[in-house]
Amino acid sequence: MSAPAKLPRWTEFGLLPAINLVAALLLSGVIVKLIGESPWAALKLMLDGSLGSQDGIGYTLYYATNFIFTGLAVAVAYHAGLFNIGAEGQAYVGGLGAGLVCLGLGDWPFWAVLPLAVAAGAVFGAAWAFIPAWLQAKRGSHIVITTIMFNFIGSALMTYLLVNVLIKPGQQSPETREFAPNAFMPAIHELLAKVGITFAPTPFNFAFVLALAAAAFVWVFVWRTRWGYALRVVGENPAAAVYAGIRPPRVIVGAMLLSGALAGCLGLNELMGSQHRIVIDFPGGAGFVGIAVALMGRNHPVGIVIAAVLFGALAQGGSQLSFDMPKINRDMVVVIQGLVILFCGALENLFRAPLALLLARRRKPDAGD
Amino acid sequence: MSGEPDAPPALELRGIDKRFGAVHANRAVSLAVARGSVHGLIGENGAGKSTLMNIVYGFHPADAGEIFVRGRRVHIHRPHDAIAAGIGMVHQHFMLVENFTVLENVVLGVEGSRLLAGGLARARTELERLARDHGLEVPHDATIENLPVGLQQRVEILKALFRGAEILILDEPTAVLTPQEADALFRMLGQLRAQGKTVILVTHKLREIMAITDRVTVMRQGAVVAEVDTRATSPRDLAEKMVGRAVLLQVEKKAAQPGEVLLKVNDLEVRDRFGVSRVKGASFELRAGEIVGVAGVSGNGQSELLEALAGIRAPSRGEIWWAGRDLVRESVGARERRILGLAHVPEDRLRMGVVAKFSAQENAILGYHNDSTYNRGWLLNRAAIFADCEKKMADFDVRPPNPRLRFSGFSGGNQQKLVLAREIEHEPRVLLVGQPTRGVDIGAIEFIHRRLVALRDAGKALLVVSVELDEILGLADRILVMAGGEIVGEVPRAEATEEKIGLMMAGVREEGRR
Repeated sequence: MSAPAKLPRWTEFGLLPAINLVAALLLSGVIVKLIGESPWAALKLMLDGSLGSQDGIGYTLYYATNFIFTGLAVAVAYHAGLFNIGAEGQAYVGGLGAGLVCLGLGDWPFWAVLPLAVAAGAVFGAAWAFIPAWLQAKRGSHIVITTIMFNFIGSALMTYLLVNVLIKPGQQSPETREFAPNAFMPAIHELLAKVGITFAPTPFNFAFVLALAAAAFVWVFVWRTRWGYALRVVGENPAAAVYAGIRPPRVIVGAMLLSGALAGCLGLNELMGSQHRIVIDFPGGAGFVGIAVALMGRNHPVGIVIAAVLFGALAQGGSQLSFDMPKINRDMVVVIQGLVILFCGALENLFRAPLALLLARRRKPDAGD
Repeated sequence: MSGEPDAPPALELRGIDKRFGAVHANRAVSLAVARGSVHGLIGENGAGKSTLMNIVYGFHPADAGEIFVRGRRVHIHRPHDAIAAGIGMVHQHFMLVENFTVLENVVLGVEGSRLLAGGLARARTELERLARDHGLEVPHDATIENLPVGLQQRVEILKALFRGAEILILDEPTAVLTPQEADALFRMLGQLRAQGKTVILVTHKLREIMAITDRVTVMRQGAVVAEVDTRATSPRDLAEKMVGRAVLLQVEKKAAQPGEVLLKVNDLEVRDRFGVSRVKGASFELRAGEIVGVAGVSGNGQSELLEALAGIRAPSRGEIWWAGRDLVRESVGARERRILGLAHVPEDRLRMGVVAKFSAQENAILGYHNDSTYNRGWLLNRAAIFADCEKKMADFDVRPPNPRLRFSGFSGGNQQKLVLAREIEHEPRVLLVGQPTRGVDIGAIEFIHRRLVALRDAGKALLVVSVELDEILGLADRILVMAGGEIVGEVPRAEATEEKIGLMMAGVREEGRR
């Protein structure tokens, strides 16, 4: 039949992504070989660089935090049947909200700044998602197009603000002054030091815990509340939603607001946890990686966390690789990441049919009708 | 009627076997169709008749088995091979290009030359000959979309004959026809048979088998369970063979005791999104304790009427009165109408009534998911939802009774029972039902009809829309006939006959009305 083959859960969520990942790495290996480096050495460098040391793990999880937020943002929209390409812009503008709170209220105690920063990041991110959402719900303008456009508008807006309004006086680079230390997100190595555990100093910070909390929240919201139920009905069958008395325009706007709010939390990690100021283009493509993370994580929070860690490791291991292997530059690393996205996202059905066939053949003796 | 006794059958299938994953769609099916006969292939939905015909026509490859045409083994891998072997198929949903003319549709794919003119001219002569021989008149230069459905079907048959078909397969050909159009089709098939063509009629309607076929093959669960001469059987006997047990073909019910008016519709007009008027000023009443049937050929405004009543589609004019309130003027939505007690089983459950990917229990709360029963604070009350679905499944005999199973995994009958359970168990005062038994097996039809009558006897009002006239005649106490978006007549059940309703469905008005 033409419908995608159905697989048992463990294959669907475990074996198949693993096969896709291995295929991507094999092809990457061929490319590394063609360039004239040893694929094994490259793989080892990447693994060592991302997971082989406290340093590496810290950076991997720091990157992963960004990807969890944006991956969740994409997933929530996806469950409502929307393809939110705008997580990048929503994260960027959301960061402005969190950053302004940190700049303005930096002398408040951290535990007062944090909720306000979270709220401001979420509200700014949601606001940036609102216009595309409204246009989709009321005017039928396709959300893919409008969110892409809003990435550009957001980028231009932020450049303008950073260059002309928020820039620290007497400085060349377009960034704000540093936040007051009260507004810094506590680093994990500092928190661990308080309980007597030493961990290498990295930008890995408390925002990771917030990201995990966001993942748990998304799970409960989507699968355990009536609002999440309505959202999934709209995503799976809009006609059935109308039949059930659910108003799809409302749900579309609501889902995009939540999506934008999640993306808007990226600043908690990137700005409060690492840069400690608003810098130009701080999301650095995390919004787009979020699409791949959501795809690979099957739009489920658990899968997204795992996929985010994988992409965090690719980011960290990749920079290590380009550092240690001169022939492999930054662009090569992007190629490898691209292959992973290609196999795990776009080509995710490549191995599905053969795998289903293989499993069916193995179980044939007990297959009933 | 049949060809010479020693002649090989026009079509013979031996041991056709086909699996789709875990579903064994055809089990060693063998079948012989005599030349110059009309052969019926009957079975419930999912019995494997369509799969079998799709194998013969080359849409699916068979896993095992052989096909013989007039005694010669043929290998059919794609429709092209079937056409070459002289097999033609008329699909339930026509495969015509709507904005092409009849002639253009007929030659499509067999133009025979680089320039169209030559092929078209040859087609014209050939069509004239076919029309003479078989009585298949169609206006050659009319655009398909301007032709009535009956004529479109005729074009499909002509297409097959033009390609040299000796064996004609018709898949559920009467689904879109009025009874009169169906009779015309049967006359046409009779003529084809007289000319020595062979016809295979795939259907689930017993009446059609009895009316036209010479021999009938009954399929159940992928296997042939009987092959008999039509003269030697009866509808009851065929139904039993199809289902595997004795069935009631007629709903048993007492006379209705209509009570107070629960719903009153006044001059309702519904337009589609292109602004075309689909329901043109409908007015009627629904009383407690009666079933009102809406008869009509599919696409004559019944769907839009139903959706407007359910609050899914906003009418452009008119009133819907409910307990002293005009639901149109107050723009009461679908959700509020459910709360008032106006429930709705949609015509196409998979398109609108459920989310096929969700589990049974998630579908069992659709539309009622905001009820306090199903929620505990901010969270859904999963235990209550599960228990509630288990109860519904038990009450409506849904099998397998597993609330966690994916909805699409249930058979059509069990899906429909679950949807009915959802709407009926919330004790509505008025129930709107579209196509209560579409895609439902005979056993479940009996069950569903009994539940609907029981609901009526409990003093509820039911509006039943169905394109199956037998179903309307069996269920309704009062019949509204729709044609071209208008209610062209209202007939009490006692005065309704198939002919009378059929004429109205074709747009012939009841005498004395307007």
